[in-house]
Amino acid sequence: MAKVKTHFNRRSFLKLSAAGGAGLMLQFSWFSALAKENPNLESAFDLNGYIKIATDGTVTIASPNPEIGQNVKTSMPMIVAEELDVNWKNVKVVQAPLNTDIFTRQLAGGSNSINQSWNALRMAGATARYMLVEAAAKAWNVPSSSIKVDAGVISHAASGKSAGFGEMAEAASKIEVPKEVDVKSIKDFKIIRNSQFNVDGPSIVTGKPLFGLDVYGDDMVYASIVHPPAFGMELKSFDATEALAMKGIYDVFTIDAYPEDFERGYFDITAFPKLIIITGDSTWRIMKAKKLINAEWMPFEEHTIKVKGFRGNATDQKVPTKIENTDKQYASMIALSKENPRQARKDGNPEKAFANAAKVIEREYTAPYLAHSPLEPLNFYANVTDDKAELIGPIQTPEYMEQSVAQRFGLSLEQIDIQMTRIGGGFGRKLFGHYLLEAAVISKKIKKPVKLIYTREDDMTFGAYRPMYHAYYRAGLDENNNLIAFHVKAGGIPESPLYANRFPAGAVDNYLAESWTIESNITTAAFRAPRSNFMGAVEQAFLDEVAELAGKDPIDFRLELFDRAIKNPVGERNDYDAKRYAGVLKLIKEKSNWGTPKPGLSRGVAAYFCHNSYVANVVDLRMENDKPIIEKVYCATDCGIVVNPIGAANMIEGGSVDGIGHALYSMLTVKDGVPQQKNYNDYHLIRNNDAPWDVETYFVESDVHPTGLGEPPFAPAIGALTNALYKETGKRYYHQPFMVDIESMFLKDEAAV
Amino acid sequence: MALFTIHVNGESKQVDVDADTPILWVLRDNLRLLGTKYGCGIAHCGVCTIHLDGDAVRSCAYPISAVGDKKIVTIEGLSEEGDHPVQKAWLEHDVPQCGYCQAGQIMTASSLLAQNPNPTDEEIRRAMNGNLCRCATYTRINRAIRTAAKDM
Ligand code: FES
Ligand code: FES
Repeated sequence: MAKVKTHFNRRSFLKLSAAGGAGLMLQFSWFSALAKENPNLESAFDLNGYIKIATDGTVTIASPNPEIGQNVKTSMPMIVAEELDVNWKNVKVVQAPLNTDIFTRQLAGGSNSINQSWNALRMAGATARYMLVEAAAKAWNVPSSSIKVDAGVISHAASGKSAGFGEMAEAASKIEVPKEVDVKSIKDFKIIRNSQFNVDGPSIVTGKPLFGLDVYGDDMVYASIVHPPAFGMELKSFDATEALAMKGIYDVFTIDAYPEDFERGYFDITAFPKLIIITGDSTWRIMKAKKLINAEWMPFEEHTIKVKGFRGNATDQKVPTKIENTDKQYASMIALSKENPRQARKDGNPEKAFANAAKVIEREYTAPYLAHSPLEPLNFYANVTDDKAELIGPIQTPEYMEQSVAQRFGLSLEQIDIQMTRIGGGFGRKLFGHYLLEAAVISKKIKKPVKLIYTREDDMTFGAYRPMYHAYYRAGLDENNNLIAFHVKAGGIPESPLYANRFPAGAVDNYLAESWTIESNITTAAFRAPRSNFMGAVEQAFLDEVAELAGKDPIDFRLELFDRAIKNPVGERNDYDAKRYAGVLKLIKEKSNWGTPKPGLSRGVAAYFCHNSYVANVVDLRMENDKPIIEKVYCATDCGIVVNPIGAANMIEGGSVDGIGHALYSMLTVKDGVPQQKNYNDYHLIRNNDAPWDVETYFVESDVHPTGLGEPPFAPAIGALTNALYKETGKRYYHQPFMVDIESMFLKDEAAV
Repeated sequence: MALFTIHVNGESKQVDVDADTPILWVLRDNLRLLGTKYGCGIAHCGVCTIHLDGDAVRSCAYPISAVGDKKIVTIEGLSEEGDHPVQKAWLEHDVPQCGYCQAGQIMTASSLLAQNPNPTDEEIRRAMNGNLCRCATYTRINRAIRTAAKDM
């Protein structure tokens, strides 16, 4: 057993209780179907913000973080239930509201939910368990150390006394919260490490209203936006006469969600702060009215916006005046990649080593803008008055957006209630909550509750894309085919994807990492860990070529390098654990029967580390009519303790297929600043018929602190795909997406640049 | 505006909407049947799939005026107790991630199995190709359909 400090205090419980009375944890109370399923909640006893126990023994656990498909609404309460020692069958899960006094890091992003909340969740369960035991000890007048708890039953062997949690709940709620508590030792886990079905599964398959788009308030007005058609443009004037003549259209007006002097938070990214808003009595009518707005747009002047950094430091950000074109963007990336970049890391003497190398290989890779395209478009419900803001919808960053709302309306945090619905996919897009603030501004202005809905076209053309990236790699081998020099130079629009201290840094004596960036007014944003996912994919493709040049098996070649990094690492700062890296490669080698050819199929392998987890993939494919048929993907993962195996496997399968899909098919281009893909008819996402037929997942058995699952499989799946495609076609693929001929479309003149 | 009488999940409903209103928005805004989702509005993602006289139809691109007396079934009406073989198989395989596409997937899958109780893998993939899953749960979807086929 280990001791952890509790961080609860009475004040935060009281605040939680006062804010919503006994029913506070029952969010979205108009979801009466769900309310009916939890009849005992109203009279249940609150042991701490996470746990309520009803007299019949039903335990309700609040899941603190936004649920976006990463299955935390199941896995987080599992951790609480484990330490509470309750029977999982008697647990009901509800989504917690935003409450920074009780919960830590209520954010969905960076594959970090479980990693960062592990201790807090265990503590919540263990604290409640402690209080129940203390209550029983008092009631029975026996020492608490002689009391046992098992699956929701408290018992005392000597006296033969026992009680269910329900019987002790009221007394326990009056016990003082301990300053520290014992948590279980890992070997005693009963719920964690056992597959538990998605707690929302039954509601999802029967179509219950769980998502932001499903929030319908009384007296609610529907609102849609019209935004500039091109990046770099802003509104000059508009005429809404035709729209206003339509039945059911209430009003057309403009809003400025982020006035110029507003100091934006880190997640307040928007390319279009000023919007035309249409309000009306139904979704269909506001969508139709959008097409009747006659607006004139003009290029904006270069200006600066004030942005708070992630850690609160404010900076001025320049927004350049520029009308972008994809072909010019590729040209400028390639031009800049040849100039002198910023050095990020240097070990040994790379130039000398390259000069002395027996063989040198250099390659270039690119990736386009990607639109996040979660199937649930951006939307939010807001009811804002002079002294309160009620906000309900899909948001990955409720804590941060609460700050923005407070600042925008001069409200205190106590006056703001943000409730999180299930999120219909985000992939990073719903970290950036401008749509929440827009809904709030509209509601305040029209003095009514409002539901703001983006159309798919709005969602796709609004920006905050995955950045465009470029990477140049060079490797040098000596006459014995040892890797003696490695050079990576990476950049992008507008950020560089480089991680200077990741593999193979630490495994090569002479190493150089460099970085560059190009500014743009096209907004970009986190997209499934964009930097890792690009760098991992292309680095793994490059290493495949280097291994081939060295005449070595790609797994053996990598293992050799890891061996070096384990025994005699170069440099001090290497952001990976070479043993665990090698571990997943060994596991994939075994599970995929690497080395045994599969008739009719070509295979590739890759491994990558990000978000503190290690994943190796093998892809088996063949080409049919110039299209890859991917029959099998193998994944080996080391993410520490696997909290919920069936959910974890789902993440790994989805991440692998999603990575493969984007690398093959997806890209967003711009012409004169106008996004050229507006909906799923021209923006190509992987579909069922193109998806891998099967994904097999394996996990390294581990007692290490659990780490990320959402993003880590994405990059190695692309790497393995690229390498398998080469085996099948004899052609190396350098430019994503592979099924689009980027070279002839955008890179024809590059020889001349 | 016009009055339309439609048959939804075994009940007859009267709605007063513009004639060009897609079934999707009648279901959601007027009848508050919220299981049918909006994703693209142009019949390219499948999250709005319903059954119209048993056929899987994209309700976002099907105007209310064209429904006539055809019978609409939504995810809410697929089974009384949420125990249609496809729904059961979905739970057994723990298919959903975010879950947003899944009602549409289930409606397409159940219509496929009603018409072709024993589809090949290839037939499954082709029938399901119009239903996007941005979380990429395709392998589980197809596995669940194979399980449901055994159960029907
Ligand atoms: S919303 Fe109907 S197919 Fe996309
Ligand atoms: S489960 Fe998220 S879109 Fe399919």
